[in-house]
Amino acid sequence: MAPIVLDHITKRFPDGSLAVNDFNLDIADGEFVILVGPSGCGKSTTLNMIAGLEDITSGELRIGGQVVNNKTPKDRDIAMVFQSYALYPHMTVRENMGFALKLAKTPQATINEKVAEAARILDLTQFLDRKPANLSGGQRQRVAMGRAIVRDPAAFLMDEPLSNLDAKLRVQTRTEVSRLQRRLGTTMVYVTHDQTEALTLGDRVAVMRTGVLQQAATPKELYERPVNLFVAGFIGSPAMNFLSGTLEDGMLRTSLGDFRLSDRLRREVDRSGTGREVIVGLRPENFEDAALVSPDNRPHGITFRASIDVLESLGSDVFVYFERELGRGVSSAELEELAADAGRGGSDAVGPRGETIVARLDAATKITEGHDAELWVDGRPMHIFDPATGRNLSLAARDDSASTGGSAPSAAGSAPAQAVESDSGAGEAVARDASSSDEAG
Amino acid sequence: MAAITPVRRASWATTNLVVIALALIPVLWLVSLSFKTPAAVLDPSFLPAQWTWGNYHGILTSAQFLRPLVNSIGIGLISTFIAVVLASMAAYAIARLRFPGKSVLIGTALLIAMFPLIALVTPLFTIERALGLFNTWPGLIIPYVTFGLPLGIYTLSAFFREIPWELEKAAKVDGATPFQAFTRVIAPLAAPGMVTTGILVFLACWNDFLLAISFTSTIASRTAPAAMQYFSGGSVFTVPTGPIAAAAVVITIPIIIFVLFFQRRIVAGLTSGAVKG
Repeated sequence: MAPIVLDHITKRFPDGSLAVNDFNLDIADGEFVILVGPSGCGKSTTLNMIAGLEDITSGELRIGGQVVNNKTPKDRDIAMVFQSYALYPHMTVRENMGFALKLAKTPQATINEKVAEAARILDLTQFLDRKPANLSGGQRQRVAMGRAIVRDPAAFLMDEPLSNLDAKLRVQTRTEVSRLQRRLGTTMVYVTHDQTEALTLGDRVAVMRTGVLQQAATPKELYERPVNLFVAGFIGSPAMNFLSGTLEDGMLRTSLGDFRLSDRLRREVDRSGTGREVIVGLRPENFEDAALVSPDNRPHGITFRASIDVLESLGSDVFVYFERELGRGVSSAELEELAADAGRGGSDAVGPRGETIVARLDAATKITEGHDAELWVDGRPMHIFDPATGRNLSLAARDDSASTGGSAPSAAGSAPAQAVESDSGAGEAVARDASSSDEAG
Repeated sequence: MAAITPVRRASWATTNLVVIALALIPVLWLVSLSFKTPAAVLDPSFLPAQWTWGNYHGILTSAQFLRPLVNSIGIGLISTFIAVVLASMAAYAIARLRFPGKSVLIGTALLIAMFPLIALVTPLFTIERALGLFNTWPGLIIPYVTFGLPLGIYTLSAFFREIPWELEKAAKVDGATPFQAFTRVIAPLAAPGMVTTGILVFLACWNDFLLAISFTSTIASRTAPAAMQYFSGGSVFTVPTGPIAAAAVVITIPIIIFVLFFQRRIVAGLTSGAVKG
């Protein structure tokens, strides 16, 4: 049990490539922190540096107040669960779990006791004398966890521990991991590329891109107040929709229609020195079937017509997909990287003609596939990004009104759905700033 | 896959039979010779007309063969042991670590493996004479280890490369020193590779004739293949074909036992289950 402090950590490989650049993060004692990002963003390298499996090029790493830069993994008192589990194939489950204690010259009686205890927690008692080859994937994963638990270490490090499980087992194990961490109260650093896993598990989530920490915040804050395009696009499923926009006469012109900006937001955008071209970010749940929007709410957004390409009904919600002209200027390295990363999931492929926009509507909607429909989009939770730097320009404008930061860790529930609720909950406050955005399309 | 037609099956069977026959007929001929009486050695019939244990009895009661047999076993085992231990450490370093001079090391190993042995016999002979190693066990063990190492390093580094690196990381995080990680986790997993390497090195030592005949002068260190050269017949005019055949059969037996005993070990993939199936 110990806090972990990463102080200006940098990792440069011998070939000169920069894997992690000036990484700063304070992880509190007992905190559950997730490192998330697309593959190759340096999250695993960061974890390996904490474990002591990779050298730190510069910066200082402190575990429990002690600088451990030059300590071997053996002297750092950390346990790690690997993506491949890395169970020792020539040892039984019992030997696997007791290996670390045996190396530490713990008396055999204590080892037996601790292994039995961990096996009980993880429901592995009947498999103790089997070899890893004779276990199922889920059981192997639990053995890997057990190997970490028996150590009673200062911190757990987990490197995508669930990515080799099938979808159903992954959700189940995710809950177990969460419960286990709460029960043990041990500091945990967890690496994943799956943003759902990140949002559901972590007290705090650190989003990384190309070796640089983008934002470290609670899942709720990441979702509601992403600091830049990358975080905005990475967090949330389906992903945030991005449109190009032009600022003209206090209006924000987009291919959906024209939004009126609040004075504050306009001042903020002006002050940032961005040109007139911006990128507008709208979450799928900001959209609604215009017929279902109450007259009170209507003025807060704009209505537009769209030809619905695809409609997916999930029972509780309806997702509709429609195309919009890409417009000028929605090109940014961050968006391209996101698109490349999403290529694996493929939920929002960027078509050659334009951008596919995803909208999440109430299940009561009467909209049908292949027809035109009238949709409404809320202008209040809209994000405005600087296309050059990717910075979120609308954050400062919300700061004093909807300060939702530092929310309780318990916000880590089923993130997207819950965040929608809180979005509208904070809506009134936001509205003060953005309320002047009006129907203009 | 295409179905196995009778024609295909027949052609496979024929090919296999031809290969086996080509390999085994000389061996069987040798066995047959070893059971023939000295008078019948030139008899062209495949099976001896009169079976005799005389050749075996002769060589197994003679110090001229027994002592070299002991030398062969001793020198072979010691050389194999040293070569496998050194080769596994070197191979581990080559497979896992990045260090200056790595390519030079690999290149040197390859160079040694390719160097014609006969070209080295004369200089080595002079060196061994100067160092007092001539006609001693170390005099053979040292060159055997030297020439066994490249083979060992190549086979073993292939095995080490197949062992998931994460196992080693896991061991390190579990508190193992690099040496412990090697001896407790990596080496047991590479055991099949070590056995394979050991067999190959042992065979090379066991079968060596050139160095054995060059660096020995008495039965104090002469190995079995070299000793056979010094067998004498019943008279100066008799070629000792029968005893040589019997000795050849005797020195083949350990090899057969070796391979049969370790076959399972070689074939069994121990790493299954280490990582995601």
